[in-house]
Amino acid sequence: MANDVQPLNLHTKSIGVKAILLVFSIFMLLLIVGPLAWLAIHAFAVEWLFPSYQPTGWTLDWFRKVFEVSALVSAMKTSFIISPIVVLVSAVICLPAAYASDRYNYWGRRTFLIMMFASNAFPKIGLFATIATLYYFLNLMGTVVGVIIVQVLGTIIFMTWIPAAAFAAVPKSLEEAARDAGAGKFRVFRTITLKMAMPGILVAMVMSFIYSFDEAQGTYLVGAPQVYTMPTAMYAIVETYPIQVTAVFSILLTIPSVFLLGLARKHIIGGQLAEGFQIK
Amino acid sequence: MANQSGQGLELVGLRKILGGRVIIDDLNLVVNKGEMVSLLGPSGCGKTTTLRMIAGFLIPESGKVFLAGKDVTEIGPEKRPSAMVFQNYALWPHMTVFKNVAYPLKVRKMSKSEIEKRVHDVLEMVNLMHHKDSRPAQISGGEQQRVALARALVQEPDILLLDEPLSNLDAKLRVKVREDIRELQRRLGITTVIVTHDQDEALSISDRIAVMNDGRIEQFSTPQELYDAPQTEYVANFIGSLNRVTGSYENGAISAGSDVIGIRPEDVFFSKNQVPGSVAATVTLVVPRGHFYEVYLKRSDAELRAFVSSEVPKAGDAGFANITKALIYRDGKLVRTA
Repeated sequence: MANDVQPLNLHTKSIGVKAILLVFSIFMLLLIVGPLAWLAIHAFAVEWLFPSYQPTGWTLDWFRKVFEVSALVSAMKTSFIISPIVVLVSAVICLPAAYASDRYNYWGRRTFLIMMFASNAFPKIGLFATIATLYYFLNLMGTVVGVIIVQVLGTIIFMTWIPAAAFAAVPKSLEEAARDAGAGKFRVFRTITLKMAMPGILVAMVMSFIYSFDEAQGTYLVGAPQVYTMPTAMYAIVETYPIQVTAVFSILLTIPSVFLLGLARKHIIGGQLAEGFQIK
Repeated sequence: MANQSGQGLELVGLRKILGGRVIIDDLNLVVNKGEMVSLLGPSGCGKTTTLRMIAGFLIPESGKVFLAGKDVTEIGPEKRPSAMVFQNYALWPHMTVFKNVAYPLKVRKMSKSEIEKRVHDVLEMVNLMHHKDSRPAQISGGEQQRVALARALVQEPDILLLDEPLSNLDAKLRVKVREDIRELQRRLGITTVIVTHDQDEALSISDRIAVMNDGRIEQFSTPQELYDAPQTEYVANFIGSLNRVTGSYENGAISAGSDVIGIRPEDVFFSKNQVPGSVAATVTLVVPRGHFYEVYLKRSDAELRAFVSSEVPKAGDAGFANITKALIYRDGKLVRTA
């Protein structure tokens, strides 16, 4: 027969293939949801120790406990103050760089962009240690400003590369059309280029916020023991509080990231904004 | 024609170098007020570069651009009294049709009610009122084209610039839209420069055509003159179809010589009977071209193509062919028509 080779049809697959797919799906689900479930259960469990199959009881006590410890509350406050500032500072520094890297073909442009990667290529702890020596000299150790600078360093790559791609995706003719319509250079940037690159910029901002909110290595090295953010406070919690407190704190740490990613997905990637950009 | 360019467009000795290459060299052009002029030529001839210098996106190395009697050579596109329709329309995808058209007026700080009124008027004119709240991505290519036109017209520019405005439309729509544009242009009496590589488009839409070649204007005249008396061999080849024979032309016969003789296929006639000036010929090939046939003829002095629409001969037929009109070129320049 000429048609011996049949395409893999997933609707009429054999029991064996189905079983394998099912096992694989469950495995993946465990891998993704498992750790989160473990955290969620612990956050509400009175106690859950090996080898018992279920917690001894359920309670909201651990949440109360977290909010009772003033060090943890202040860490939360610090995090929510520092991260937005990091995003803003990073945007102010990087967006012009991103725009320039696309629109002006200056000498060393490629090298500049590759160097952005280089800072992320080798172990960060080495970079932070060097920064620390510089900070002692500049009296920035243990200061909020010092922490902000360290975190901004890590966000530069998101804030440059993603918006650079977004700016590059704005056709030059759209800017020319605005010039032709009578708009000056700044107005063209504000009403056309920036508006059209906005989805990419928002994605970069969300990524930067999540990075900053989660950054522990540099923050700990530079900030502790004066400045603690939520992730660096975790170090202390793990050692001094029961595991349930850690679970609660982890969940609190996760909420902004999940919320922002959800928002980004809804409004930027799948939403109206993206739709308006598909032009025939 | 008297020079009334005081209110139209005048290009004087333009020279433009891009990437180390001279794209435009000593280009001169005068477009009268209310006139529609095509810049016609193959890609790379510099027609778009010329348009972009008129619009202000490029500044010439030397020479001057006058729009409506004002020297705008050094002025940016936002301050020129010209409006352009881009090849890909360049509509802003994040704005509705209404907002796209309103943008130039908003930039001019016009009052809200005035903007509303003018945008409505111009959208009415291009028949797009029902799409005013749509996004560019939601409407068809032809409609996008009309939005782009509306956005240019709403500015009430002294000069309208069209960069290959029809090249993204399908063949049927192209003919309709070009008639619409022509009709609108006549009605508004707006000075218009249109860039195209399509000779049909240029011939049917323009008052005058500037045929460009290698950064220069080869000939600037009415479509009819361009077709009947192409001043250079290049123009003759570019516009319409041409039999090109080297020799010497006398009384419908070709003998040995060094002139270039250009004969339009519609000026070659085949018949079974001999007429004064005709030469014995045989038909070698007949190719149907839709509403006419292209007939290949072999005469003793030359091989010629003729366009025939009735009494179509068959390959192998013998008869006579005569030439009613020929263009004679020496060194690429027209020396006489016969």
